[in-house]
Amino acid sequence: MAAIDAGVKLGTGYPGTPSTEILETFEAFGGHAQWSPNEKVALEVGIGVAFAGARAIVTMKHVGLNVAADPLFTVAQIRLDGALIVVSADDPGMASSQNEQDNRRYALAAGVPMLEPSDSQEAYEFTLRAIEISERWQVPVLLRMTTRVCHSKTIVRRGTVTISPPHTPHFEHDFPSRVMIPAYAKPAHRRLRKTLAQIAAWNDEEGLNQLLPGSSSLGIITSGIAFQYVREAAPEASVLKLGVTYPLPIERMRAFAASVDLCVVIEEGDPYLIEAARTAGIAVEGKPESFRFGELNTARVRRILENDSSPEPKPVPGKPPALCPGCPHRSVYTALKNLNCLVPGDIGCYSLGVLPPFEAMDTLVCMGAAIGVGLGMRHSLPPEEARRVVSVIGDSTFVHSGITGLVEMVYNPPASGHVLVILDNGTTAMTGMQEHPGTGRTLAHASTGKVVFEDLARSLGIRNVHVIDPTTDPAKFQSLIQDCLLKPELSVVIARRNCLLAASSIREHEIREHARCDDQQTN
Amino acid sequence: MISKPTNVVIAGLGGQGVIKASDILADVAFSAGLDVKKSELHGMSQRGGSVSSDVRFGERVFSPMVPDGEADFLVVIAPDQVTVNAAVLSQGGLLIEPSQIDESALSNKKSINVALLGILSRHLQFPVEAWTAALERNLPQKLHEANLKSFFIGREK
Repeated sequence: MAAIDAGVKLGTGYPGTPSTEILETFEAFGGHAQWSPNEKVALEVGIGVAFAGARAIVTMKHVGLNVAADPLFTVAQIRLDGALIVVSADDPGMASSQNEQDNRRYALAAGVPMLEPSDSQEAYEFTLRAIEISERWQVPVLLRMTTRVCHSKTIVRRGTVTISPPHTPHFEHDFPSRVMIPAYAKPAHRRLRKTLAQIAAWNDEEGLNQLLPGSSSLGIITSGIAFQYVREAAPEASVLKLGVTYPLPIERMRAFAASVDLCVVIEEGDPYLIEAARTAGIAVEGKPESFRFGELNTARVRRILENDSSPEPKPVPGKPPALCPGCPHRSVYTALKNLNCLVPGDIGCYSLGVLPPFEAMDTLVCMGAAIGVGLGMRHSLPPEEARRVVSVIGDSTFVHSGITGLVEMVYNPPASGHVLVILDNGTTAMTGMQEHPGTGRTLAHASTGKVVFEDLARSLGIRNVHVIDPTTDPAKFQSLIQDCLLKPELSVVIARRNCLLAASSIREHEIREHARCDDQQTN
Repeated sequence: MISKPTNVVIAGLGGQGVIKASDILADVAFSAGLDVKKSELHGMSQRGGSVSSDVRFGERVFSPMVPDGEADFLVVIAPDQVTVNAAVLSQGGLLIEPSQIDESALSNKKSINVALLGILSRHLQFPVEAWTAALERNLPQKLHEANLKSFFIGREK
């Protein structure tokens, strides 16, 4: 909604819990949003939008920013004409992620200003403020969200913040500002540090901080969702809530800490705020190391404030997710298990192949890693084991980061060959059925260019390319894999069958798009 | 001093309408002019795993999650999810579960979530029109009739 109210020209991103809904909602409200193949491309498109003087919002989950880190670190020092907002949705506690990284570190490392909203109202207001900051200082801005800010709904009043209308898109040559060859990048880095000092001064004087006066015996410095827990756990405490958490309002923090008998930093994840405060010589207390893991909540904040180190109650384990009955991935894993394969896997629903009854996926590192990891194993294992290695990757993940792995496979083939299975279920199922370049439909489900995996593999010179529905005849699928494993050659097997949950909506999109194309032809 | 919010936790399995039920409840509280927050974890929930959604409403709500031992109501749609969520219920809190509904009376078995909201509605101070309006706002038209019926089966039980 904020992106709509700010006149954002384009939203780009790659789906990932808990960030996926942002672009879908922006599109549903009438905004122009696109899924990119991955976060790096999404950010690069966003950078282009901002170079053209318009406003861009780029969304991703925390690990997505690792993929987009390359452009992020350099665009940090490039002068922008429009606005560039990078939304990083972190997942402390790992509701649906492979690690628990704290992306506040990225703001510090790249030198990108960062805002942290604590509820839906602030998500609205801070998005607008972030655009204002981005345009005022001509820098990209990180909007760091966390699971409980993303996946909670709280009341939003629209129009509480108004900002100037966007510029008319235009482009003027400005080589020293935008072409980061060393001669131009050296002054650009100096300029960035100067800009950050200006923003820090503004954050000290004005900023988006909130001071809630309370008891003089206990003061709490906090930000983001932790603020809500603090208010509930310690309603009597004085609170300094930070809105812009990079660069920090250090002098304001110092004055606040001096105004109370005991100043405690309450933050989720890494000791980011407390390290900064202590480095600046501010006397603050923090949380014990055990609270670095998992999410905070009201009860855990009470424990921190009460110095309660008794063991925390263990949550009763719920029912774990499983591959749906009738899921096409099931027959693939059954075959791989029957053939006693070693399976470097990847990220998606099919990651569940690691759990019983299959227990048929051996590794999971990051998006696209299945192929490279599989090749490394093939290069190193004794021949009889190397021949059992099969890389498994989903369709959306293949487009995201698997294509470069496939190029590596062609360029540096192991002596035993290799087998890659692309689990093509026609959607990004894990995150809730998003389109991707392999479906040939846009974020809004309209027809567009389509990446055909088998054509791509053949064009790279792979001779054994097979497309098969693994569910119609599981025995045939298994013997195909077996045949491929016996050859010291490169094979790509595309196991194609629409996701059971997405099948009916895929059919609806197809019928609608066919009708639309027919209409266009008749007209 | 701000009065304590009312805390409701709705729990079940992926695909049972946990989130939908919590949306409807939050909508009712919102229509009554209260501060409302709701929170849930999804991501892997679509794969049939445990899902729960917290709804809190009152004069002012801070954390979007209900702390353990502070839920006034626990609505569980899948019987095997009662134990998983029991710790959230306060002493004297009320458990609402499918055994309290005669499932054979439901014209659409999937509307059990709404029937359980019907039971919950008896314990909350919202007018019945607010519930029916929220049901209609949050469900597609073709499901209105079956769900309104289910709601009243729970409410008038």
